[in-house]
Amino acid sequence: MNAYHTNFASLDNFEKGSIQMIQGKASHYVFSNIFEVAKNAKPYDKTVVGINQKYVIESVRAEGTSVWYTCSHDEFLISMDGEVRVEFLKLPQAVDASIEGTQLAGEQPNGKPMGYVVLQQGHQTILPAGTAYRINSAKPATVLLHTIKGPLSIEKWADICLK
Amino acid sequence: MSATQKSFASELVEVLGQDAISGYTTFKLGGFRFDRDEYFAKITWQAKGQEHSHLMSVDAFLRAVMRDVAWGFFYGWVNFDHVIGTQNHYGSVDMYAGTFNGVLKAAGVDYVENFDTPVIMATFKAILHDWVNEGFDPFAAPEETGSAFGRKHGFNAEAIDRYRIATKRMPGMPDDSPLREDLPVNRQFLDVPQDEPLVHCEPEFEGQLSAFNLFKYMSRSDVTWNPSVTSVCKASLFCPTTEEYILPICHGNDRVEWFMQISDEITWDIADKNDGSPFARIIMKAGDICAMPANIRHQGYSTKRSMLLVWENATPNLPEKYESGELPPYPVSF
Repeated sequence: MNAYHTNFASLDNFEKGSIQMIQGKASHYVFSNIFEVAKNAKPYDKTVVGINQKYVIESVRAEGTSVWYTCSHDEFLISMDGEVRVEFLKLPQAVDASIEGTQLAGEQPNGKPMGYVVLQQGHQTILPAGTAYRINSAKPATVLLHTIKGPLSIEKWADICLK
Repeated sequence: MSATQKSFASELVEVLGQDAISGYTTFKLGGFRFDRDEYFAKITWQAKGQEHSHLMSVDAFLRAVMRDVAWGFFYGWVNFDHVIGTQNHYGSVDMYAGTFNGVLKAAGVDYVENFDTPVIMATFKAILHDWVNEGFDPFAAPEETGSAFGRKHGFNAEAIDRYRIATKRMPGMPDDSPLREDLPVNRQFLDVPQDEPLVHCEPEFEGQLSAFNLFKYMSRSDVTWNPSVTSVCKASLFCPTTEEYILPICHGNDRVEWFMQISDEITWDIADKNDGSPFARIIMKAGDICAMPANIRHQGYSTKRSMLLVWENATPNLPEKYESGELPPYPVSF
C-alpha cells in the first residue's frame, strides 16, 4: 500500500503527454517523445529532439552495430530503455576541432582498443573527445545523445512535434 | 545578532529588530522590508507615496527563497509568486514587487530595486537562517518534512546550507563531483534499480572510460526542484533534478531551456513572462521533451516524486540576444 511505482517508458511502452493551449501555438513548445521518435527512425539515425543554439539532444534507436563515430569534444550517451554496449578506440591523431558534433570515424579507425562499457536503462557514459566509439545493441533500444549539432544530425521537427 | 548570522556576511545585512512575541527578526533590503509571523511572510515597499505590502504563506516563501539562494539567483526571473521575485543580472540582482504583474504594473504600484549580488544574497541567507525553524526543511517536499508555521523555535542550518552541485564533465570521474553512494534512496524511488554499468578499461587506459547509473543517482537526490549538473558539453549543461509537489517558484528564463521527463509525470503552468497571463498547460510523461521559450514563465506540479532533465545553455551573452530580438523566443520554427 505504501509502495510507489516509478514509471519509466520504453520503445514499446510509452504514452505521449499533451498541451492544453490557452493562447499562442502548440508548436512553440517543440514537444515530442524520444521513444516515439526512436521507434519511427532508422537504426542509428541521429534525430534532433532538442536544440539550443548549436547544442542538441538526439534520440537514437540503437539496433545492431553502428558505424564508428568520433568527436572533437566530449559527448554523453544515456541508455533510456535497454542494454547497449559501447566500444572505444583511442585515436592516434587529434580530431578536427573545426567540426563540432558527431563525425564518422571511417570504416575501421586506426586506434588502440581502450575497452567498453555496458549500459542498462538509466546508465550514462561519457564519449570522451578524441576517441572513436561504436554502439551495439542486440535488441532495439533508445539512447539519448548530449552533443552539438553536427554533420550527422537530422532535424525533422514537423514530423515529430505536436502542432 | 547570533554568531551563526555573522558567518553570512552580516555586515551587509540590515536588521530592523526582533518581534518580542513571535521571536522572528525583521530585515530591510533597500526599500523592502521583510517581516514574518506565525503564518506569513510580509514584504513591504513604497509606491506612489504610499505603503504597499504583500503576504505569502511562509512555507511557500521559504521554499522560494531557498531555491533562489541555492541557485545563486539562477537564470533570469525567479518569481516567488505572482507579485514578488528576483531578476538575475549576473553580478547584480533586481528584487521586484508587482513589476511583472500586469495589473500592479499598470496601476503603477510596483517597485523594483537593484542590489549587488553579495548584499541580497547575505540578506536572503540571513532570512532563511532566522525564519527556518528546527524540523522544517525548505528543500524537501511537504510530506517529507515538518511545519514552517508557528513562533520561532530553533534552527535548521544543515538543511539550508546545501548548494547546486558543480560538475566539470560528469559526476564520478576523477577530480569531479561525487556520486551519491552515501545518500539513501528516496522513499518514492525504492523500486529504481541500483546496479552500476559495467566499465571495462584496457590496462593502459584505466580511468579514461567512465559510466554511472544516472537514475540511481537521481533516486538518491535528497532535495526537490534543484537542477544539478550531470554532463557538460561546452556551454550545454544537463541538470537533472527530482520533483515532488510544486516548483516553489515560477521561473521566467532569460533564454530558452528544455525539459525532458525521465519518469512519471509533471504538469506545467505556462504564462506570459512579463504580465503573468496564462498561455498553456503542458502535461509531460516519461520520454516527453519540450522547449520552454524565452518569453514565458513556468511552474511545475508533480504528485509522485519524478525525474526531470532540465537542459540549459549557459552561454553568457544569450540574454541580450533574446532581449534585443536578435534571437526569437522560440528555438525552432516548423
